[in-house]
Amino acid sequence: MNDVLIVIAPAADPLRKADLAAITFAQQVAGQTGGACDLLLMGPHASPAAEPASRLPIRTVLTVEHEALAQFTAENYAAAVANVVIGRSYRLIAAAASTTTKDYFPRLAAALDAAMASDVLEVLDVAETSATFLRAVFAGNLLAETVVDGATILATCRASSFESAQPGETTATVESVTVTDEIAYARKRFVAMQTTQLDRPELTEAEVIISGGRGTKGDEGFKLINELADLLGAAVGASRAAVDSGWMPNDFQVGQTGKIVAPKLYIAVGLSGAIQHLAGMRNSKTIVAINKDPEAPIFEVADFGLVADLFDALPTLTAALKSAKA
Amino acid sequence: MKILTTIKRTPERNTRMKIGSDAQLITADVKYEVNPFDELAVEEALRIREARGEVEVIAVTIGTEASREQLLAALAMGADRAVLVQADEELDALQTAALLAAVVRKESPDLVLMGKLAVDDENGQICGMLAGRLDWPQANFASKILLADDAGGATVTCEVDGGLEEVAVDLPAVITTDLRLNEPRYASLPGIMKAKKKPMDVIAAADLGGVPAGRSRITAYRPLPARQAGVICKTTEELARKLVEAKLV
Repeated sequence: MNDVLIVIAPAADPLRKADLAAITFAQQVAGQTGGACDLLLMGPHASPAAEPASRLPIRTVLTVEHEALAQFTAENYAAAVANVVIGRSYRLIAAAASTTTKDYFPRLAAALDAAMASDVLEVLDVAETSATFLRAVFAGNLLAETVVDGATILATCRASSFESAQPGETTATVESVTVTDEIAYARKRFVAMQTTQLDRPELTEAEVIISGGRGTKGDEGFKLINELADLLGAAVGASRAAVDSGWMPNDFQVGQTGKIVAPKLYIAVGLSGAIQHLAGMRNSKTIVAINKDPEAPIFEVADFGLVADLFDALPTLTAALKSAKA
Repeated sequence: MKILTTIKRTPERNTRMKIGSDAQLITADVKYEVNPFDELAVEEALRIREARGEVEVIAVTIGTEASREQLLAALAMGADRAVLVQADEELDALQTAALLAAVVRKESPDLVLMGKLAVDDENGQICGMLAGRLDWPQANFASKILLADDAGGATVTCEVDGGLEEVAVDLPAVITTDLRLNEPRYASLPGIMKAKKKPMDVIAAADLGGVPAGRSRITAYRPLPARQAGVICKTTEELARKLVEAKLV
């Protein structure tokens, strides 16, 4: 039992960066077990996503489409994956960590009676019936070597910790799999989704992120952040304080319980750098901090710091970078 | 109506946990509290009781005698009764879910509320594992919970990656709390005094059908790799120059 299954659900075409990272994670495990990697695409876009997915270094692409999977619910998706894997044997069932997998993967773990590792940063060792992973704990202040036992285990990986899998020379076989109608769980229903419309890159995919905190005072400061973001083609993020104050929607929150990001460049503006925020961005390649408080903890992780009032600094910075780019 | 809130004893938030030379946590001078996300769950249960009346709020924890402290904190906030499932070893998520399922079968609550994750291990697996075992519906990351008048179901607003998702669950269900669900109350002095007189049942894990073998554990801790010290720019122009030089923009 050496093979690994990467679950991408709901599947999108093209595959998201996070899902390509999960494939790399799975390949690292398969590299140690000597097994193959299969991909399981689920949801209404599973079939169109299969063709490009088959060019990735994968043995088989399994697709599952069922009307009960039209909208995501943890109950239906967990039941569908359980339905697919029972009868096949996998050493590891993997996926990228997201609110979706945080919702349904534990339920799947219970269905399969398998132990699970959440939000893995690194694969340390894979033996026959036990695997060791590195995880972040205590708001990302410490790392923990976590052992997970079992012939079959589940794991979600932190997308920003793994490179995106690239298409290779081979073409995987594509196999459509039927699941039983019993996957439809009547006692939970999707009602509605309020998505924030983005004309900017998505936070977890962006190369450059500019985040605002309490110091922005809301619209005034975020207006300046948006101007710089327009110039740099950056995504915009927010601290918990900014979201709690109603200045930004919840899905813009970067931090322990929001988005975990690791872009090339992270600019923290008017943001003190509470432990829980650092947990979400401290692995960014370069961190810039602009804050008028020289004691702000954000300066402890910043590569470049500027002690200044953001209302002066941001327009000056935007103008200086605009002329540098010209 | 009966609401079960499951709480975990965790080091006080913002404690800088330290590692000993044996790669284990130094817990000697650490103070503990109710996991902040579980505190949100207790608060929500109390608000439901205040809105509806005739709701019994029970706080449950799994742990050693030391966890009584956290049950008392929940009772002091206003919970009616507490249950300590006594277990001396560290339990993993599957074991915890198995024990909680046994408590749920014993108590038959209409709703189980808990934090979406514990701030120590940050696994966030209990809700799905418990709901899965019970074959109950689940709703995670709740920023709003609206119970139907007949308490037969609830509409939950969930904070997910793409925005806000609204789902409907039939009760009984397991729901986890997110940061913006509410602001937990401080226990009042009378509340703290009353807490000591409220019922606290202690059950040995063995009496709940025993604990399955553990399958996941932390074997060692490591500090974060250090980041190289940064540079403070004297002017905004200097920062701009450095960003351009480093080809970051």
